[in-house]
Amino acid sequence: MSHDTTHAERAHGGPKIYTLVLVALLILTFITVGASYVKLGSGMANVILALGIATVKGSLVGLFFMHLRYDKPLNALVLLVSLFMLGLFLLSCYTDFETRDPLEPARLKAPVAAPAPAAAHGAH
Amino acid sequence: MSESALTAPAPRAPEHSGHDSTLQHHFATHEQQFDASKIGMWLFLGTEILLFGGLFVGYGLMQAAHSEAFVAAHHHLDKRLGFLNTVVLLVSSWTMVMAVHSASKDRRKATVRYLIATLACAAIFLCVKYFEYGHKFHEGLLPGMYYSHKGDAVPNQFIFFSFYFMMTGLHALHILGGMVAMSWVLRKAVRGEFSSTWYTPVDLVGLYWHLVDLIWIYLFPLLYLIS
Repeated sequence: MSHDTTHAERAHGGPKIYTLVLVALLILTFITVGASYVKLGSGMANVILALGIATVKGSLVGLFFMHLRYDKPLNALVLLVSLFMLGLFLLSCYTDFETRDPLEPARLKAPVAAPAPAAAHGAH
Repeated sequence: MSESALTAPAPRAPEHSGHDSTLQHHFATHEQQFDASKIGMWLFLGTEILLFGGLFVGYGLMQAAHSEAFVAAHHHLDKRLGFLNTVVLLVSSWTMVMAVHSASKDRRKATVRYLIATLACAAIFLCVKYFEYGHKFHEGLLPGMYYSHKGDAVPNQFIFFSFYFMMTGLHALHILGGMVAMSWVLRKAVRGEFSSTWYTPVDLVGLYWHLVDLIWIYLFPLLYLIS
C-alpha cells in the first residue's frame, strides 16, 4: 500500500518508514554477526567492518527513530559537537599511544602475573 | 469533589480553554516549548555520549595493548545471547518510536500498548543479561582482582572482563533507568494526559531510549564479535 506513505509521513516519519528502518537494522545485525565468522585480511579489517556497520545502524536510529532527519538542525548540532569532542579525545589518546609506557593494569593477580606479551607489539 | 473526578481527570482541551495547563506561561507556543525541552534532552544525551565515550576510548587503548588477552577472553561470551539482546533492543526502539507516533496522533490505546511492549523488551533484555552475568559469576570470569577462572592459555583476560562488566553494567543501569522513566510515561498515558499538542515526555523518554539502543549497537560488536 504505497499510498500510505503520504507527503506528511515523509516529512515527519511514520509507521511505514519506522518499520522499514527496523527491517534494515535487523538485516545489518545479521550481516555483522555473519561477518564476524569470516576472517578478513587482518583482524583490523573485521573491526573496521563491524564498527562501520554499527555506524550505519547508529545513523539510521539517529536520523529516523530520533527524528533528526525531520528536526530543526540544532539538535543534530548538539549530537555532532558531542561526537566531535569524543573524536578529539579518541584521536589524542591514540596518537599518543606509541609514546606511552606499556599499559599495565594496576592490579595483577597470580595467574596473570607474567608480563603481557601483547604489550610489546601494541601497534594495532 | 467526587471520587470519580479524582481518579479520572477530565480530558484536556487545549484549543478551547483560555488557560492551557500543558503550556507553561514563559513559552509563547507549544512548538517553542517542545523544542526547548528537546534541546535540553539532547544536551543530556551529549553528556551520556561522553560518559560512555570515555569507556570506549579506554577499551580501545587496552584492547590495543593486550589484544591477545581480549580476543581470548571474548570467546567466553555467548554470541547468540548478544545477538538476541541486540534484536530485542532494536525491536524495543521500534515499539518506542511507534509509541511516540501514536501519542502525536492522539491514539491513546496504541500509545499504551507500544509503551508496554517497550517495557517488556527491556525486561527481556535484562533477563538475558542476568543469565549471562550468572554464567560469568559461576565461571569466575570477573573484573580485575576478582577474576578466578582456571586454565587460561592466554594471561591477562581479567582486563577484558573489567571493561565488559563496567560497560554492560553501566548500560544495564541505563536500561533500568529507562524502565523507570517509561513506567512514569505509561502512567501518564493511561491517565490520558497526552494529546497531539502535548506529548513531550513520550518523545523525550523515546530519545533517551534510542540512545541506550545506539550505545548497545556499538557495545555488541566490540564485546561479542572481536576477532
